[in-house]
Amino acid sequence: MKIAVCLKRVPDTTTKIVVAGDGKSIDETGVKFVPNPYDEYAIEAAIAFKEKAGAGETVVYSLGADVAQETMRTALAMGIDRGVLLQSPGSPDGFEVAKALATEIGTGGFDLVLFGKMAVDDYNHQVGIMVAELLELPCISAVSALTIDGSAVTAEREVEGGVEVVTCQLPVVITADKGINTPRLPSLKGIMAAKKKPLELKPVTLGPGGVTVTALALPPERQAGKIVGEGPDAVPALVQLLRNEAKVI
Amino acid sequence: MTATLDPETLAELLQTIRRFVTERLIPAEQQVDREDRIPEDILRDLQAMGLYGITIPTGYGGLGLNAEESVQVFFELCRAAPAFRSVIGINNGLGSSSILSDGNDDQRNRYIRRLASGDLVAAFCLTEPDSGSDAGALTTTARRDGDHYILNGTKRYITNAPQAGIFIVMARTDPAQAGAAGVSAFIVERETPGLSVARPDRKMGQKGAHLADVIFEDCRIPASALIGREGQGFKVAMRALDRGRIHIAAMCVGISERLIDEGLTYALDRPQFGKPIAEYQLVQAMLADSKAEAYAARCMVLDAARRLDRGERVSVEASCSKMFASEMCCRVADRVVQIHGGAGYISECAAERLYRDVRVFRLYEGTTQIQQLIIAKAMITARRA
Ligand SMILES: Cc1cc2nc3c(=O)[nH]c(=O)nc-3n(C[C@H](O)[C@H](O)[C@H](O)COP(=O)(O)OP(=O)(O)OC[C@H]3O[C@@H](n4cnc5c(N)ncnc54)[C@H](O)[C@@H]3O)c2cc1C
Repeated sequence: MKIAVCLKRVPDTTTKIVVAGDGKSIDETGVKFVPNPYDEYAIEAAIAFKEKAGAGETVVYSLGADVAQETMRTALAMGIDRGVLLQSPGSPDGFEVAKALATEIGTGGFDLVLFGKMAVDDYNHQVGIMVAELLELPCISAVSALTIDGSAVTAEREVEGGVEVVTCQLPVVITADKGINTPRLPSLKGIMAAKKKPLELKPVTLGPGGVTVTALALPPERQAGKIVGEGPDAVPALVQLLRNEAKVI
Repeated sequence: MTATLDPETLAELLQTIRRFVTERLIPAEQQVDREDRIPEDILRDLQAMGLYGITIPTGYGGLGLNAEESVQVFFELCRAAPAFRSVIGINNGLGSSSILSDGNDDQRNRYIRRLASGDLVAAFCLTEPDSGSDAGALTTTARRDGDHYILNGTKRYITNAPQAGIFIVMARTDPAQAGAAGVSAFIVERETPGLSVARPDRKMGQKGAHLADVIFEDCRIPASALIGREGQGFKVAMRALDRGRIHIAAMCVGISERLIDEGLTYALDRPQFGKPIAEYQLVQAMLADSKAEAYAARCMVLDAARRLDRGERVSVEASCSKMFASEMCCRVADRVVQIHGGAGYISECAAERLYRDVRVFRLYEGTTQIQQLIIAKAMITARRA
């Protein structure tokens, strides 16, 4: 089975974000970057399906600045066979990224193309679905369980209050939700071997894109809590505040 | 031994271990302490990560890290409770190094690959009921009988004995020779008739890591189980000990740095008299002293490791590092319990657990007093030479 998986380098969700001077990007100084956590599910799925098939190839694609190579090495250390970095500085819009990835992946003859359901830095939920459209492939998004039997794909999606089961045939584009698997940590030997795995660099030129980020703001500081009173006596006052001030009931 | 990894790969390796420690080991610590057992899935993860073979050459399936690289691995790994290191410790240390340095090819091929993968666990048997610090006085005997040796005696406090598949055993082959000269080293497989492992001892800390007496009663082993030559057992052991002491010191650094983090977090979170206790200078002194001492130990360990990699003799540096780092670690643990106040004495608190866990560092692989003797003796000998 030939599997492609796409990976984005994102700021660690535990780092403190500071908005840069331009007011519309983040200040990267001192920020730790990691593989997008949802993409790690996709990577794990790619490796596991290849292991199960016993043969095939897994390729990781990323679009970004040269430093993204570091992040891609993590995927190689986990067990992906080789990588292709589409070199592009800046933060292009999702459709431009999708076009570049689709052009590259389209010629690869893949049975399965995996994405995370979204990137935790911009929450766009777009690129995987757009790549499917551009490649004229079916797409199952936000998949929380996935089995492949021959070329029959069965996926589960968590929908409001329940689970939806969908099937389709390979080739297919899948975007992974949490629950689909537990990503492995790279083994120490895997890390040492990753250095020797092929990682190809290909410059790409993206269009200007149709969407422009104009501003980025941090959420407001949390207000201090208020103690209304103690015991049952406090309930009426609490209800009153929840209804009239917080407007949540 | 020169560096085996480029800086980025080493950084990635250390970062992965940190993640493993933070995401998998630290969250399991309380359960391990309560149940006195490391869960199967964590043992499998330790194997999958390749941690049993950190120091074992790549030719045998290990990572082949040099001393400077491996102590950095231990700095990270030992931020987690030391019981986790204990299960992989002997394979990376006394269990494999003796076979690698003094064993023959048959012995290496038979055991080392499985030690590196963790499929086989080793135990190292030196201490006896009547010989601890005075290891040269050991009385376990190995009597030659044709193509065999027959072992008799009891070994005490043997780490990993309940799990081990092989035992590296120090036994007296020459009863006429008192002291170290009459001692030889053997590899004894667990299934050998005449070998039995007693019930695990209950102990103060490091729950989840087990030790027990190992008893040999007319235990018949093939002559090919001898490591090196007769009478060389101690040389085998002592060579391994220099490296082992540096590793213990590295563990002490890792766990001290973790303790300091725990102490700092608590001091910033805990208000008394209207502000976080971290703002009181007496608490700051405990944090600062701990930080400085842990830093000193880290520098000592790295220096000793680099010297070892350059092929220098490091007995004194290894003893200095082991002595300073283990004493330092216990001081830090004591201060961090102090910073926690009453909470530091309650079992849910990491400081309480780690305080018990670290006490043994001043005892095994040579007590602090024995390190003092080694260091001073070397100083005096060098001056008189
Ligand atoms: C958790 C744990 C794991 C262990 N694992 C192993 C293992 O895997 N394999 C193994 O072989 N052993 C193991 N040991 C044994 C350990 O190495 C010994 O306990 C240690 O060497 C001390 O020996 P002892 O207990 O007999 O103490 P003793 O030698 O009886 O010492 C008692 C006290 O006397 C002091 N003392 C002794 N001689 C002198 C001297 N000449 N001058 C000044 N002071 C002196 C000591 O410093 C100590 O304070 C383990 C022990 C523990 C607690």
